Amino acid sequence: MRGSRTIVTVCWSAVGAFAETARPFLSPTNIFAPVSTPAQSIFDLSVFVLEVTALIFVLVFGLLVYAVVKFRKRRTGDGQEPAQVYGSSQLELAWTVIPVLIVVVLFLASARVIASIQNAAQPSNAIEVTVIGHQFWWEYRYPSLGVVTANELHIPVSDPVHPTPTYLTLLSADTDHSFWVPRLAGKTDLIPNHPNSMWMDPHETGLFLGQCAQYCGTQHAMMLLRVYVQTRDEFDRWIHQQRQRAQVTDTVSEGQKIFQRTACITCHAVGGTVANGRFGPDLTHLMSRDTIASGAAPNTPANLRHWIQDPDAIKPGSKMPAMGLSDPELNSVTAYLETLR
Amino acid sequence: MSIESVAGPIPQTAMRPPLVEQLHSWVITVDHKRLGILYILYALVFLLVGGLEATIMRIQLIRPHNDFVSPQVFNRMFTMHGTTMIFFVVMPVMFGFANYLIPLMIGARDMAFPRLNAFSFWMTAFGGLLLYFSLVGGDGLYGAGSAPDVGWFAYAPLTSKTFSQGHSTDFWTLSLLISGFGSVGTAINIIATILCSRCDGMTLSKMPLLAWLNLTMGGLVILAVSPLTAAQLMLLIDRYLGGHFFDTQAGGSAVLWMHFFWVFGHPEVYVLVIPAFAFASEIIPVFSRKAIFGYPVMVAATICIGFIGMSVWAHHMFTVGMSSNANTFFVLSTMAIAVPTGIKIFNWLATMWGGQIHFETPMLFCIAFLFQFLIAGLTGIMQAAAPFDWQLTASYFVVAHFHYVIVGGILFTLFGAFYYWFPKMSGRMYNEALGRLHFWLFIIGFHLTFDFMHIPGVLGMPRRIYTYEPGRGWDIWNLIVTIGVFFQAAGVLIFIGNLVWSYFRGKLAGSDPWDGWTLEWSTTSPPPTYNFRAIPAVKSRRPLWDLKHPEDPDWHYE
Amino acid sequence: MSAPSAVMAQSDIRWNLPARGPVGMSCLIAAEVAIFTIFVVAYIFYIGKSLAGPQPHDVLHPPIFLTSCLLSSSLTIHIAVRFLRGGTMMSFALWWVLTMVLGAVFLAGTIREWRHLIYEDGLTIQTNLFGTTYYSLVGLHAFHVIVGLLALGTVLAFTLRGEVRKEHAERADVLSMYWHFVDVVWVVVFLVVYVIGR
Repeated sequence: MRGSRTIVTVCWSAVGAFAETARPFLSPTNIFAPVSTPAQSIFDLSVFVLEVTALIFVLVFGLLVYAVVKFRKRRTGDGQEPAQVYGSSQLELAWTVIPVLIVVVLFLASARVIASIQNAAQPSNAIEVTVIGHQFWWEYRYPSLGVVTANELHIPVSDPVHPTPTYLTLLSADTDHSFWVPRLAGKTDLIPNHPNSMWMDPHETGLFLGQCAQYCGTQHAMMLLRVYVQTRDEFDRWIHQQRQRAQVTDTVSEGQKIFQRTACITCHAVGGTVANGRFGPDLTHLMSRDTIASGAAPNTPANLRHWIQDPDAIKPGSKMPAMGLSDPELNSVTAYLETLR
Repeated sequence: MSIESVAGPIPQTAMRPPLVEQLHSWVITVDHKRLGILYILYALVFLLVGGLEATIMRIQLIRPHNDFVSPQVFNRMFTMHGTTMIFFVVMPVMFGFANYLIPLMIGARDMAFPRLNAFSFWMTAFGGLLLYFSLVGGDGLYGAGSAPDVGWFAYAPLTSKTFSQGHSTDFWTLSLLISGFGSVGTAINIIATILCSRCDGMTLSKMPLLAWLNLTMGGLVILAVSPLTAAQLMLLIDRYLGGHFFDTQAGGSAVLWMHFFWVFGHPEVYVLVIPAFAFASEIIPVFSRKAIFGYPVMVAATICIGFIGMSVWAHHMFTVGMSSNANTFFVLSTMAIAVPTGIKIFNWLATMWGGQIHFETPMLFCIAFLFQFLIAGLTGIMQAAAPFDWQLTASYFVVAHFHYVIVGGILFTLFGAFYYWFPKMSGRMYNEALGRLHFWLFIIGFHLTFDFMHIPGVLGMPRRIYTYEPGRGWDIWNLIVTIGVFFQAAGVLIFIGNLVWSYFRGKLAGSDPWDGWTLEWSTTSPPPTYNFRAIPAVKSRRPLWDLKHPEDPDWHYE
Repeated sequence: MSAPSAVMAQSDIRWNLPARGPVGMSCLIAAEVAIFTIFVVAYIFYIGKSLAGPQPHDVLHPPIFLTSCLLSSSLTIHIAVRFLRGGTMMSFALWWVLTMVLGAVFLAGTIREWRHLIYEDGLTIQTNLFGTTYYSLVGLHAFHVIVGLLALGTVLAFTLRGEVRKEHAERADVLSMYWHFVDVVWVVVFLVVYVIGR
């Protein structure tokens, strides 16, 4: 008995150790690799729930296997029917009461975590970001910091001892969306005319991935999320840079002219110029982003040019129309956009 | 009525009415058995269509950035797959079996309202055809036509005229509206038949569990399909009369649609699964050679499930931003429903316990159902814990969960029911070897696809995406999931082949091939149009057991 | 192999099951109640949420007369069925027609009210949330009144041809269940729209 218990403990630890180290490496969007309090609370609850359900599974599965094996019809049967048993009050009471107790326990555990996440008071030093979901990109505004950007969210890392969480207000400009970065928090929907909020306090820096999790139209699949968790210094520098207006140099003003006389400015904004369209992403600091089209392609000059020439080639069904520019025009505009750092 | 229904299938050389007359008799029939078969055949056709849609999706997802189909086509595929499977496969097939079996099992000659029965079938059938007409007729003035692509739950405001131009959404709305009338008609018929047409001596506490379970299902259809009808009328008013029910620009609420839809949508899944429980409750006792364990509690648990099932709907909405109190309430009600559902598993287990289990094909499928429904229930509990659901919902985990219920639970018992009652309906036995081949191919494919599908879910893969990024760790799992599809397809094709071949060439089955205990086995296979020579009178839940065991009848113990 | 007969010794219970007509109609009514509930919920949810346009207290006046017409029609149909059970066909026909007239008056009055709302008050189904929910709910009810009148009219047509006899009283009673349901729904709609919502 002692020996088998030791074996079980060793096996369980081995599995646990493997899982611990493997978890983040199985996937950058693994829900079992939390780096932020909401995701961690969910993870702790999920472990408890998994333990309980695993127990139930082993027990009932075992009984089923036993029954199927032990009570199979023997070939040497005497042709008699087995004893007919119509019920048993004690048994039925037992297997009603025990599940009720399990339900109560799981319910209380869940209720606690719901409250701790949903009713958490927002501290005064929280970073506030307004997230506006669009078909098929993410708009980010930092109202108290005067920043408007798109598709790549930057937030400061949070010290567990002195937390600086980020609170997101979730809005939508069109259909329903959902903000899901599994390692940071559970998902919360962006629903028009129904503001929502969520928070996260990652204690590790790095890039965390996710994507829209509520079907919102043709390109729902490519509405990707990139959250850059930075040290406080890096974050402050990023904010400072994002607040700058665009700079224009003489050599690319041809591109800027095309940008401004074509329909580009009806959808896009470039701070400090006449372009202040809000339908599409803000391009003032386009070159500070690693990807374009909400993660659909890396931000390289070739991709950028291709995107402007034929958006459907990269993200078919996105809301950006092909602008019908000639090759020289494309070169100029791309060169102009390349200056928007 | 043909000679065949009295004396068994007759050889081809004998006199038959012309084909046109035969087909015409099927079109105008009000006989519950024929309508039942029409429902079932209709559902089988759409099973193949829905399976094809699933196969297309899985091929697209076999590797990242695949280009087997465009995003527009993929989005239509998942919309049509869900809508087809729920409304034009599982519901019709359950109505079909209910129609066929209930009068036979309660000793009646037909359903209470035979003409309403026919009307309901044709409404449902027309609805399905209307939905698929969208593939050719959907191109509206704006050219944004073809099949609906808004997802089977059609969330607002994606379905508004702004975001869904053309008529594709209207095909979704109208086809379900029309088939909804058919569903309610059948539900009325089922309830009236069970309450008003039972034979002598069959009090409510003596009728087969299948009757109780379908009674509950009927009640749920009446209470649940109606909210969907209402919501769809509101959607039509928004789209065509300029209404603002779900128009967020005018102050309307997208969340209101969600509430209305899921008030339908959750009881709907009980509408789908409760008849599956009915099959298990009839098959497992016969193949364990024991009476069902705990009949009264099985009835009570079913009614509980019906009631509680009307109060859990917002567990589909844990992420929309309801208050913590609302979320907490729905956690409680959702976990509560696990209790009566779990009880049923224990009762089936106890029925097998101490029995003599025969492993013919119907029982193979029902045993697999028990294992798989257990797992499905447990993944359901995981999602009932709302914070855990905040990660799991809208991902492939929930897709795996509900397919575990619908395929692993419902479809498996449905296959069991097909094999069990095929001899009664056709007069011939199916081929047992092919049946087992179907079982093993299908169960392997089922587990390849749906066991491994849970993994991308916990690794962050959302649902309804036509492609995905490499480097998320999802690739290998999607590959395995897709491979499983082909095993399942092979199993289903063998199944259909078996049914067709056996219908023409199978051994004659006789009236009672399984040594059963309920009234349908007391008449010929197939039954005559009038079902019974004389309406039976019963004294217990297993009238044929009483006849076969006069020294030890059930009514001594009930 | 011949089928074993399941006929047993005749049971000594007097076997009385409910009639299928009332059961079927009750189920239909339950389904309709569920549909109306959703429309009522939408109405209540959107009270006070219209962004612009006419508000209920500006344009709605409780239709007391119409309501009393409709509710009296429940009484008249009940009396009509009583006469049919007794076999007095003239009285039955008279009270049946009276029921239809009261229903028609209700509809005519609704039309008048709507004309005023549309042309004078500028409230249409498109105007605002109030307009959408009001016309949908009241319109859905009016539609059910129309369907009821068509059914009553069919029975009247058969009566005038002399084909309705006292044996049909049960069927007429089932139809009257539907009519009572329409009236009960109106009570709810009246309370929600003209009392609570104002």
